[in-house]
Amino acid sequence: MATNILMPALSPTMEQGKLAKWLKKVGDKIKSGDVIAEIETDKATMEVEAVDEGVLSSILVADGTENVAVNTPIGVIAGEGEDASAAPAPAAEKALASASEKAPAPSAPAVPVQAPASEEIPAGTEMVVMTMREALRDAMAEEMRRDENVFVMGEEVAEYQGAYKVTQGLLQEFGPRRVVDTPITEHGFTGVAAGAAMAGLRPILEFMTFNFAMQAMDQIINSAAKTNYMSGGQMGCPIVFRGPNGAAARVAAQHSQCFAAWYSQVPGLSVVMPFTAADAKGLLKSAIRDNNPVIFLENEILYGQSGEIPKIDDFLVPIGKARVHRAGKDVTLVSFGIGMTYCVKAADELAKEGIEAEIIDLRTIRPMDTETVVRSIQKTGRCVAVEEGWPQSGVTAEIGMRIMEAAFDYLDAPVARVTGKDVPMPYAANLEKLALPTVGDVVRAAKAVLYR
Amino acid sequence: MAIAARAKTAKSTAESAAPPALTKEQELLAYREMLLIRRFEEKAGQLYGMGLIGGFCHLYIGQEAVVVGMQMAMKPGDQMITGYRDHGHMLACGIDPKGVMAELTGRKGGLSKGKGGSMHMFSKDKNFYGGHGIVGAQVSLGTGLGFANAYRKNGAVSMAYFGDGAANQGQVYESFNIAELWKLPVVFVIENNRYAMGTAVTRASAQQDFSKRGVSFNIPGAQVDGMDVRAVKAAAEKALAWAREGKGPFILEMQTYRYRGHSMSDPAKYRTKEEVQKMREEHDPIEQVGARMLREKRASEDELKALDQKARAIVNEAAEFASHDPEPDVSELWTDILA
Ligand SMILES: Cc1ncc(C[n+]2csc(CCOP(=O)(O)OP(=O)(O)O)c2C)c(N)n1
Ligand SMILES: [Mg+2]
Repeated sequence: MATNILMPALSPTMEQGKLAKWLKKVGDKIKSGDVIAEIETDKATMEVEAVDEGVLSSILVADGTENVAVNTPIGVIAGEGEDASAAPAPAAEKALASASEKAPAPSAPAVPVQAPASEEIPAGTEMVVMTMREALRDAMAEEMRRDENVFVMGEEVAEYQGAYKVTQGLLQEFGPRRVVDTPITEHGFTGVAAGAAMAGLRPILEFMTFNFAMQAMDQIINSAAKTNYMSGGQMGCPIVFRGPNGAAARVAAQHSQCFAAWYSQVPGLSVVMPFTAADAKGLLKSAIRDNNPVIFLENEILYGQSGEIPKIDDFLVPIGKARVHRAGKDVTLVSFGIGMTYCVKAADELAKEGIEAEIIDLRTIRPMDTETVVRSIQKTGRCVAVEEGWPQSGVTAEIGMRIMEAAFDYLDAPVARVTGKDVPMPYAANLEKLALPTVGDVVRAAKAVLYR
Repeated sequence: MAIAARAKTAKSTAESAAPPALTKEQELLAYREMLLIRRFEEKAGQLYGMGLIGGFCHLYIGQEAVVVGMQMAMKPGDQMITGYRDHGHMLACGIDPKGVMAELTGRKGGLSKGKGGSMHMFSKDKNFYGGHGIVGAQVSLGTGLGFANAYRKNGAVSMAYFGDGAANQGQVYESFNIAELWKLPVVFVIENNRYAMGTAVTRASAQQDFSKRGVSFNIPGAQVDGMDVRAVKAAAEKALAWAREGKGPFILEMQTYRYRGHSMSDPAKYRTKEEVQKMREEHDPIEQVGARMLREKRASEDELKALDQKARAIVNEAAEFASHDPEPDVSELWTDILA
């Protein structure tokens, strides 16, 4: 029986890829486990191994073809002894394929990131387009060139080039003294890095994801955050803790949670969570120069999104300043990081109904720029706060309270919030979708505060 | 074996002579069980490629002899806990492949109703305590299972599996100290497959003889050829007897190898194709048993082929179920948060 070879999904976020090279030709015998082709994904070149056995009877997608969608038949394997020219028989995997509701989409709407209207960027500045991944890498590289005390440490940051490829190329430029692979020992290496920072070095500590920083919570909070205070200002801890935070796609309960609210409780820490590539670059450079510990929360789904970055020698975005991402007069949407994707889409939807939403990107969670939020509410009188994290004691809860304290008199409706559901992240695709906020949730909340 | 010779310092209690032979029934059992895991994992890889399985998916291909050999030495009531590379462990302790595969596809009939996924699966029924996504966490939890056994004086032993990378986590050593101090019935099974993601053991571990990792706590250990199911079974019997007799924990370093990337999205550029090919050709745990049975005329080619067909049939049935079973009901989003 002939079996189709399908274009495989080779990462949690892959939807298409390039068929780089066939390693077998028509007529070749194939055993399960044989490498049959090479495929380029968004992150890497992967080898495809055969599961079915037989003879490669035809190649349906040629070497070098780009943008081949996952699950497209790329070749046919005929059972041994069969006519190698037998027509493909899609029936073999039809039963399976028909049950699949397509590869899971990333858990957030993919919004092309716009150029930020930002006071940090002088008018007329030349812009370059790059992904957030590249922007973060450039920020680290620039600061490492500028200051010999800056170094990167973490799991798989050097030889593997980063689990999510954010540190790509750093080892090649700066060598193993300054780009340091660690064993899997979060609690230990976080203490080591904090100690090095107390001695005057400036570590950039990458957590493979922030879920693993929980192993190191004590060193982050009890050591890094409090040293300056406890020493009466004699010694601080100039360190950046960075890595992907929040839900990625289908990685379930232990790997999908937002820590913005957790860290934002702690005096002595700054907490940053960029949405655009430009902010990611400018804020990371500021974080590295900061004399205090900075928690820098990135997002795997945003890594691949492109944005315009000003071509300025030393582009810095100050910590603690929000940015008006889109101007409007009817309702204020406040968010940060990946939460912004929902607001941007919701604002487009609302615009179709004649509602002009103003979007504030907090960028920094702590210290929180209440002033920029209040200024917007003075104009709109209404506010929806949005985050992917859990509701109880969340960042949106804090935003709501601050508005109560500082802008109650300007409100024409109670502040509303849209958050992730109050549950651990489920694995099943349908439940995962339900656990996250949606654009519709934001639109509904905006209309509710507008009494429409 | 090349694999045993690799550890120059392997002295502790390493089995150097050929391990005791298995009976014909044991050989057949080991062959069947390992083959089931191999075919299951190949199918899981395929379903991942088709988008039916999402997120992270870590395959156990190459390491089958470890869990199968251990299982052959375990008694009913003994427990097992491991990390995210857990499908093989579940199949070895007799969990229905359909339930495992349906969890991988996130369906209603999955072991965790589709809510846990590949890395987080449990079976109270079979004394399988997960399925844990955080590297090293299962070691303390597994020690806690041993604590419960000692507390109840029930004679059971807990098997805590973890990788060479996990072996560097701090809580492992906190657990070692507690386990020996309180003489807890725990067997620590270190699956040394030479890599933690892209990091070779030589780049991450100061002491690469993992059987010695308990020396400062007085925990005995042994290095075992984890590609040879006979060696695994023999070592497991000793370790389990030690723990069951109330002498405390035992460390088994299983020298093994994973053929596939760390997870489905790992291009595995940190090792050569030749290295992988050599392991497959010279040390494959399943081939070893198959070849031995043929050589000793305990089975014919046709019989082995038939066993393979049977394993494939079980796996296909599991895949069929896992692709057609419905997703969990939306109400499940809000259930099981609290007991
Ligand atoms: C605390 C923690 N840190 C990092 C990770 C990411 N991670 C998952 S598996 C892995 C490698 C573990 O290697 P090893 O213990 O050798 O087990 P193997 O994958 O080889 O079976 C890493 C770094 C994690 N899941 N948890
Ligand atoms: Mg390993």
